[in-house]
Amino acid sequence: MKLNRRQFFKAGSGALAFASMPYLLKSAGIASEKPIKVGSILDKTGILNIYSLKQIQASAMAVDEINAAGGLLGRPLELVFYDSQSDGQYNSQYVTEALLKDKVDVVHGGITSSSREVMRPIVSRFKGLLFYNSLYEGGVCDRRHVSTGMVPAQQLEPLMDYVVKELGQKRVYILAADYNYGHITAKWMQKFARERGGEDLAVEFFPLDVTNFQPAISRIQAAKPDVVLSALVGGAHIAFYRQFESSIGKANMMLASGSYGVGLEHTQLSPEEGNGIILATSYVDDLQTAEAKDFVSRFHNYTGDTGYVGEYGEYGERGIKLWAEAVRQAGDSSPDAVIAALSKGTVSVVGAGGRYTVDGKTNHTVMDIHIVKGNMNRRFDMIRSFEQRQPSDTQAVCDLHANPDDTTQYEPEV
Amino acid sequence: MDQVANYLFQIGFSFSIFILISLGLAVIFGMMKVINLAQGEFLMLGAYFCTLCAQAGIPLWLSFILAGLAVGVFGIIVERLLIQWLYGRIIDTLLATWGLSLLLVGGVTTIFGPQTASVSAPLGMVPIGDFGVPVYGLVMIAIAFTVLAAVYAFWRYTRFGLIVRGTMQNPNISAALGVNRSLVYMLTFGFGSMLTGFAGAVLVPIVGAYPTLGIGYIAKAFITVISGGHLPLIGTITASSLFSTIDGVVGTVSTSVIGEMSVLFVAILLLRMLPLGITGRMTRGT
Repeated sequence: MKLNRRQFFKAGSGALAFASMPYLLKSAGIASEKPIKVGSILDKTGILNIYSLKQIQASAMAVDEINAAGGLLGRPLELVFYDSQSDGQYNSQYVTEALLKDKVDVVHGGITSSSREVMRPIVSRFKGLLFYNSLYEGGVCDRRHVSTGMVPAQQLEPLMDYVVKELGQKRVYILAADYNYGHITAKWMQKFARERGGEDLAVEFFPLDVTNFQPAISRIQAAKPDVVLSALVGGAHIAFYRQFESSIGKANMMLASGSYGVGLEHTQLSPEEGNGIILATSYVDDLQTAEAKDFVSRFHNYTGDTGYVGEYGEYGERGIKLWAEAVRQAGDSSPDAVIAALSKGTVSVVGAGGRYTVDGKTNHTVMDIHIVKGNMNRRFDMIRSFEQRQPSDTQAVCDLHANPDDTTQYEPEV
Repeated sequence: MDQVANYLFQIGFSFSIFILISLGLAVIFGMMKVINLAQGEFLMLGAYFCTLCAQAGIPLWLSFILAGLAVGVFGIIVERLLIQWLYGRIIDTLLATWGLSLLLVGGVTTIFGPQTASVSAPLGMVPIGDFGVPVYGLVMIAIAFTVLAAVYAFWRYTRFGLIVRGTMQNPNISAALGVNRSLVYMLTFGFGSMLTGFAGAVLVPIVGAYPTLGIGYIAKAFITVISGGHLPLIGTITASSLFSTIDGVVGTVSTSVIGEMSVLFVAILLLRMLPLGITGRMTRGT
């Protein structure tokens, strides 16, 4: 066969086009494989990093696992981490950077309520989405904010059911940290105790730097309650558990808490000081479920750290999983599509602490609450689980279906 | 009766804390006039050192002493590297020691993390009527009095104590009499640091060790020493007694917060009426 010049070019270009087809297809496919960016803003350094370190690792693990399983909507995830250094100033700087410069589709992060309140207006202004993976005082009503942690009513109602109703420990004495979280938590403790026929003898608040609890302990001894309820927070307040054990002793008086353990207090106290304390939580490493055991072993393999992971670590995986499920249901990773999917109330995953479902009206999470008791191994024994507790305090004040533009943090009426 | 015993214990316990945290400062600030803003961090270092020793299996009581000695040595290093160049330059000292304080908090957080390290309180409790009093609290009261007596005896009856007091009173005359002023300053700073480190160690079983431990105590220590006035030891004792009585009684009757507020309120009143402190009108030697 003889080709003239024109025929040669025709055939040649056709052959070239055919040969380069895979490459062209691939380059056309780049758009759908462009990574989905996930921002994570937590305190790797600074005085509050105890709450963040495990969560940083657990979030990274969750993202890596999603990628290993083929990504999300056929696209890989790219985690962009920012160290907020336990300082709210960096929260505001990095959340702006994440949304404007790095153009992330979601921001996970913030530990303290103040760091969240710094970020929330910025996320609203730039139309982003914030997953706040931490327990807090409740009441934030904002469709661009999703809370995956416990809120007081959700956590304390089961605790008071168990302590006041089941165990009949009716006379309660409440100690709480002297800021927003402590005050609101103490109010719910009083309310739930009274509703169950209990009597609240006293409520005392302690600034976060108080370490001398001897006067309070002598007042407790004078009041003779059945149970002391603690909503104490932070490194200085750990001294209370130590002083309680060396003066009154849990053998003589029950001690229950909603905040103990989140700062890994039990790993820092002696076995005797932690033994017997009763705690309401959405996750401890000692849950005897397949999911919890699986999570702990995956975390240990991923990080090489075989220590206790704890609730704040688990929140890292919980946040990423819930967000990923919302993206799947939306079929789109853009914040507004994910928010629309969340508002249907069908975003639900099974995680290490049980089933988590985002309530579409409040963007807060329905979860199991477990009552556990400290033991002599610096771990917890399971007592029982209260399944699928609603974030009822926030539900009472917030309805994002009726007011989608609401951004208030309500203080729930007690 | 047991109420009275309880109040006495609260006052004594509060007194022991005031004395322990301010005695080192009474030496460094009261005698040497060095405003050491890193004083709280010396307390924190003592706490950490004690915790490390105790966790390594060294008996707690020995750990207290080791922690005191270690922080004493640390104080001497700080004096040589930093303080000795800044005597008489109050603002510069303030800035330098503030920087040191930030450095120490940051360094310890980096090495040990922000969590509270622990040694449990030994010894259990004794019941007094309705109240359980921790035996360790009683031990702290005893330690406070012992340290006070030891410090008094050291200044009053040893040759070194005499030289130090002389040097602080008039450095130039002492130097003319052949005293190595620089050495005396160094050792005195080390002695004050040692007392502070020891105090931090003694506090460990009730408060634990964490990087920001010092911040909670530094202000109280300064208020005690300043209210005490220019006679460091007697001033610190009288101010501590006054404040601990208020703190112990008010703190027990109402809340710890009100107790601490009353202490600050009284300190303000006191300094308004006696600007030179409680011992302001006494002369040395009385």
